[in-house]
Amino acid sequence: MLEARGLGHRYGAGSWLFRDLDLTVAGGEVLAVLGPNARGKTTLLTCLAGLRRPKEGTARCEGGVGYVPQSHDSQHRFAVLDMVAMGRARLVRSWTSPGAQDLEAAWKAMARVGIDDLAERPYAALSGGQRQLVLIARALVCDPSVLILDEPCAALDLRNQRAVLLMVDDLSREGIGIVMTTHDPGHALSIATQAILMDAETISCGRACELVNGQTLTELYRTPIHATTVMAPFGERAVVVADFGAGRGAARTVQQLTHTEKGTVKS
Amino acid sequence: MTALITPNSSASRRAEGPKAAQRRRAARRRWALVGLAAALGVAFLVALSVGRYSVPLNEAARILAAQGLEITGLDSWFDLRRTWTDQEQTVITLVRLPRSLMAVLAGGALAVSGAALQALFRNPLVSPDVIGVSSASSFGGVLAIALGGGGLILMGGAFALGLAAAALVMAMGRIRASSPILTIVLGGIVVSAFFNALVSLVTYLADPYTTLPSITFWLMGSLAAATWTKLWLAAVPIAIGLTVVMALRWRIDVLSLGDEDSRALGLNPTRLRWVLIVAVSMMTAATVASSGVIGWVGLVIPHLVRLMLGPDHRTLIPASFLLGGTYLLVVDLLSRSMTASEVPVGILTAILGAPFFVYLLITQTRKDPDHA
Repeated sequence: MLEARGLGHRYGAGSWLFRDLDLTVAGGEVLAVLGPNARGKTTLLTCLAGLRRPKEGTARCEGGVGYVPQSHDSQHRFAVLDMVAMGRARLVRSWTSPGAQDLEAAWKAMARVGIDDLAERPYAALSGGQRQLVLIARALVCDPSVLILDEPCAALDLRNQRAVLLMVDDLSREGIGIVMTTHDPGHALSIATQAILMDAETISCGRACELVNGQTLTELYRTPIHATTVMAPFGERAVVVADFGAGRGAARTVQQLTHTEKGTVKS
Repeated sequence: MTALITPNSSASRRAEGPKAAQRRRAARRRWALVGLAAALGVAFLVALSVGRYSVPLNEAARILAAQGLEITGLDSWFDLRRTWTDQEQTVITLVRLPRSLMAVLAGGALAVSGAALQALFRNPLVSPDVIGVSSASSFGGVLAIALGGGGLILMGGAFALGLAAAALVMAMGRIRASSPILTIVLGGIVVSAFFNALVSLVTYLADPYTTLPSITFWLMGSLAAATWTKLWLAAVPIAIGLTVVMALRWRIDVLSLGDEDSRALGLNPTRLRWVLIVAVSMMTAATVASSGVIGWVGLVIPHLVRLMLGPDHRTLIPASFLLGGTYLLVVDLLSRSMTASEVPVGILTAILGAPFFVYLLITQTRKDPDHA
């Protein structure tokens, strides 16, 4: 269980990114953090993960935290197994390399996210989604009770986004507490139980299904957004979040159709 | 007629499972290290035997064995029949043995330094010259020659200034803590340029009939002046640096992922980087102090090993040492046996290294188009 009390941080004498923040993430819960770019989401995550000392307050976690940074460097050629074994760095003694026990833990973590057949492939040869699963396995290799992910779906295509989200959802159902940032409110509505909206001035916390809606998102991103939740067949919940175009896309479609059919557009 | 389907090797390999593939990779790496060590051993014996005064290969091996028995005190247990001449013994023990050992140490140290630096700056074009240690050490050596200092003063000056340059670069690294790698590389370039200018100044002022030739010759890098004293003086800092890099070689893997990743995995990248830079500086300074500036080894050898054995530093570091040592042994052998007068080894490593590096770039691009 992850517990933060009175958490606050700012860089130097700048304005506070967040302050007096209390939050609890129990096992099985998923907390989604939403907010515009450069608002301090990653800073909050690193404070929660214990990688950065906050200016105020404390963040404690029983059972350890696994941190999945945003994957930006995909060029190195380490085999997936070696990459996942690096997750044991804090347990491997200073002057040694991972032993049989560490490799066994790496195999277990890979099996858990279903990538053990990729063990010998070089990391750079994987798809973006597979790479993200490798990073998740690397964070799981120490058996944490909470997993913190920084934009796990950034720069992934829809199929890979789905694979990663389903994995995160599965892990939370296994009892792991999850904290993740995302730029897609649909992701928050699909799997999150709680949400934090980091607005320019205020930070609001609450249950994801109540807090994430068209009105709050429009205020958060200062751009018109409609959020709709529909019940799909077979009881699955599909989430639709639209619309960036505000009607322009439709106008353009009509324009193209009239072009192809009549050759000219009459106004 | 029925078609006979034979499973191709890659399909059958896939069938035997990822764990078996991993065991095979580990075995391949072990055998590669054994092979490289054997190549070093063979090159070492050949280097002892070949030269202007030729000693038969078997006699060279016997002299080496006799020396080993005498040092370990086992000669009373195991008496080797003396079949060689005094002259052969002198050539081997006083000239070729220290020189060959120096070649192995210097080549290995330069290659390991290059491999470690390339990982910790996350840049494949970094070599030991980049952090400013080489040029500072050259200045120390050149100054000692110009002031008329002997071998020991020269070594001491070169070593001390090399470490001073590393300290200077480290101090500059603190100026902009937000982008440490860039600041260190920039600091290294600045320090290099500064000490290169000082080297030029001393060279310009040096007496053209006495000190200038020895300065020029020393700057080209040569193992010709290797003696047992020099060897021991260089061996201590090189051994310390090598031990540190070898012990941290798995952590270099983690560090090469970048600061954010290594911090997320529980390491302190800043501290680790400094420990490695100090270790590498000790090795580089000791190498320059004993043998002058020998370029290209630290750039070419790690690339070649990475191409053969992959990026894992658990193998890359020891393999770089073995191959770097073998390479410098062979180049030194060429430098003293190709022509009647000796060619400085630093010239040969550059002449061989530059085109070889281009060849490596081409093969790397062919093998792996999106990771040139």
